[in-house]
Amino acid sequence: MLQKKPLITIRNLTKEFDGEVVLKGIDLTIHQNEFVTLLGPSGCGKTTLLRILGGFEQPSDGEVRFEGIDLTQIPAYKREVNTVFQKYALFPHLDVYENIAFGLRLKKVPEAAIMEKVNRMLSLVKLDGFQKRSITSLSGGQQQRIAIARALINQPKVLLLDEPLGALDLKLRQEMQYELKEMQKELGITFIFVTHDQEEALTMSDTIVVLNEGQIQQKGCPVDIYNEPNNRFVANFIGESNIVPGVMPMDLRVAFEGQTFHCVDRGFRQNEEVDVVIRPEDLQIVPEREGAFTGVVDSVIFKGVHYEILVMVGDREYVVHATKSASIGSKVGLFVSPEDIHVMKWGGA
Amino acid sequence: MVKKLYLGLLFFFLYAPIIVLMVFSFNESRSGTVWTGFSLTWYEELFRDRRMQDAFRYTLLVAVISTAVSTFIGTFTAIGIQKLRPKWQAFALNVNYFPVINPEIVTAISLMMLYRSLRLDFGFATMLMSHIMFSIPYVILAVLPRLYALDKNLAEAAQDLGATPWQAIVKVIIPQIRPSIFTGALMAFTMSLDDFVISFFNSGGGVTNLSIEIYAMARRGIRPTVNALATLMVAVIFTVVLIANRISIRKAKS
Ligand SMILES: Nc1ncnc2c1ncn2[C@@H]1O[C@H](COP(=O)(O)OP(=O)(O)OP(=O)(O)O)[C@@H](O)[C@H]1O
Ligand SMILES: [Mg+2]
Repeated sequence: MLQKKPLITIRNLTKEFDGEVVLKGIDLTIHQNEFVTLLGPSGCGKTTLLRILGGFEQPSDGEVRFEGIDLTQIPAYKREVNTVFQKYALFPHLDVYENIAFGLRLKKVPEAAIMEKVNRMLSLVKLDGFQKRSITSLSGGQQQRIAIARALINQPKVLLLDEPLGALDLKLRQEMQYELKEMQKELGITFIFVTHDQEEALTMSDTIVVLNEGQIQQKGCPVDIYNEPNNRFVANFIGESNIVPGVMPMDLRVAFEGQTFHCVDRGFRQNEEVDVVIRPEDLQIVPEREGAFTGVVDSVIFKGVHYEILVMVGDREYVVHATKSASIGSKVGLFVSPEDIHVMKWGGA
Repeated sequence: MVKKLYLGLLFFFLYAPIIVLMVFSFNESRSGTVWTGFSLTWYEELFRDRRMQDAFRYTLLVAVISTAVSTFIGTFTAIGIQKLRPKWQAFALNVNYFPVINPEIVTAISLMMLYRSLRLDFGFATMLMSHIMFSIPYVILAVLPRLYALDKNLAEAAQDLGATPWQAIVKVIIPQIRPSIFTGALMAFTMSLDDFVISFFNSGGGVTNLSIEIYAMARRGIRPTVNALATLMVAVIFTVVLIANRISIRKAKS
C-alpha cells in the first residue's frame, strides 16, 4: 500500500528551550504519501517537532532532511510544507476566498486560475458558496476546513496538522477524521498529524509515532501499536490495559496469576520477568468453573456500547469490557485466548 | 444629588474658560468682559495677518509630515520591539517610556542643545525633527498592546503560505493593527498641532506655529484676535477627534 520512498529523515533531533530539553534525540523516517500521527500526552513535544518541520523553530542538534536536502537551512516560506495550525490562524481581515487564495496570490498566479482552484478547494472541503463569508461568521468546524483548504491549495508535499480537530464536537470530529483521510488518499500528500487522542490516531494513521517526554516510545502501524505495545507507557496510553507481572518459563508460555498460559511471544530469556498486557475487551467473563482464573465482580458501569466491569482477582483489579452485565459480588471466571496475551519487557514496578 | 452637583461644578470649571474665550472671540468691542454685540471683526483681522497665515501653514505642514513620519517609524519600531527577546523588550519599553514622562521643557532644552552641538540652523527642519521625535513614543505605545494581543500564529501562517517575513508584516500584521496605528497617528497629529514648549525652543528664522503666535500676541497685550485664533484651534482639534471617533465606531460595528 505504501510507497516506501523516504521523504523526510530526522536524525538525533534535539531541541532545548533555555536548558530544558524538549526533544531528546528523535530518529524518524517519513515516507511519501504516508499518514503519520504523532501521539502523546500534553507537553511531550509534538508541537515543537511540527514547528521544526514547518520552519518556525531551529533544532538545537541533529538533522532534518527533506528529499535528502538539509531542511534547517531553508526558511519557512520556501518549504514545500504547509501547516494547519491548532487554532487555525485564519486571517480575520480577509474573507474566505482571499484566505484560501493567499498562497497563490503570493506566487502571482493569474486571477482566473486562482478562482478556479479556490472553488475546487471549497468543494473539496464541502463549503461551496462560502467565498464571500467573513472568517468571524464561521463555526469552528467551518474555520477548520477553510484552514485545510488554505494549506492544501498550495499543493504541498507535506501537510502538517496540529490537533486540527481538537475544538470540534464528537460527531463533527468523526466526520472530519473520515474526510481528512479521504483527502489524503485522493491527493497523495504526506500528512503529519498531531493528536493526543489515541482513538483518532488508531482510526486515521498508516503509522503512529508514540511520544513521551521528548522521546519516541514506539513507532508502528495502528494494529501493532495496539496489540504489541513496547512498554507500559504505550500500553497505558493506547487504550485501557490490564498490566500484570509475569514470568516467561520458555518461548510461547507465560505464567501469571499462578497459571501457565499459551501465548504467541518468544525471544525472552528463560524465566525472565515480564509485563503481561491484556486489553479489557479481550477478557471474557465465564462461569467460575470454566475460567483460567477466578475473581469477584467489584463494580459494573454502563458505557453505552459495553459494560465496564471491575473484577478483583486476589487484590489485583482487572478491567473487563463485556456486552453482558454481571451481578456485583458474584464469583466469576476470566478467560483470555493465547493471541490476546501480549508480553512485553518488564518495565519496573 | 451631591454627585450631580459635583459633576456640574467639575464641568463648569473645565469648560467655562473655553466657552468664555470662544464667546468673546465674536464680541464687537475689545472688551473681554462686557458683551457689546456680535461681529467677525477679530476673525477678519486674523485672516488678514500675514504672520498668522504663515504660522498656520507651518503648523499644518509640520503636523502632517511629522504624523506621517512618526507613524511609519513608530509602527515598525513596535513590530521590531515585539520580536525581541523578553528581556530586551522590557528594556526597549522603558527606553520608549522615558520621553513620555520626561518634563516637556527638559525634552525641549535637550533637543535644542543637540541641534546646537550639531550646528544646525534653527527653523522649519529643527521644528519638524523635534515633532517627529516626541511623537514616535506615543505611536509605539498605541500600537504595541494591539500587537501583543495578536495571535502569534498569524505571521507564521503567512510565512507558511509563502510570504517572506516582510510580506507577512505588510499583508497580515499591518492590516490587523490598523486601528491602533490610526490611534497613534491621531495622537501624533493633535500633539503636533498644539505643541508650544518644544516648538518654541526649536524653531527660528521666522518660522513659528500657532501656539507660538498666541504666546507672542498675549505678551504684546491681550487682543481678541487671540480669542479668535484659540477658538479656531479648539474647533480644528475637536473636529479631528470627532471624525476619528466616528470612523472607529463605524469600524467597530462592521
Ligand atoms: N518557545 C518556548 N519556550 C520555552 N519552552 C517551550 C517553548 N515552546 C515549547 N516549550 C516547552 O516545550 C515542551 C513541549 O511543548 P510542546 O508545545 O511541543 O508540547 P505538545 O506536545 O505540543 O503539548 P500539547 O499537547 O499540550 O500541545 C513544554 O514543556 C513547553 O513548555
Ligand atoms: Mg501542542
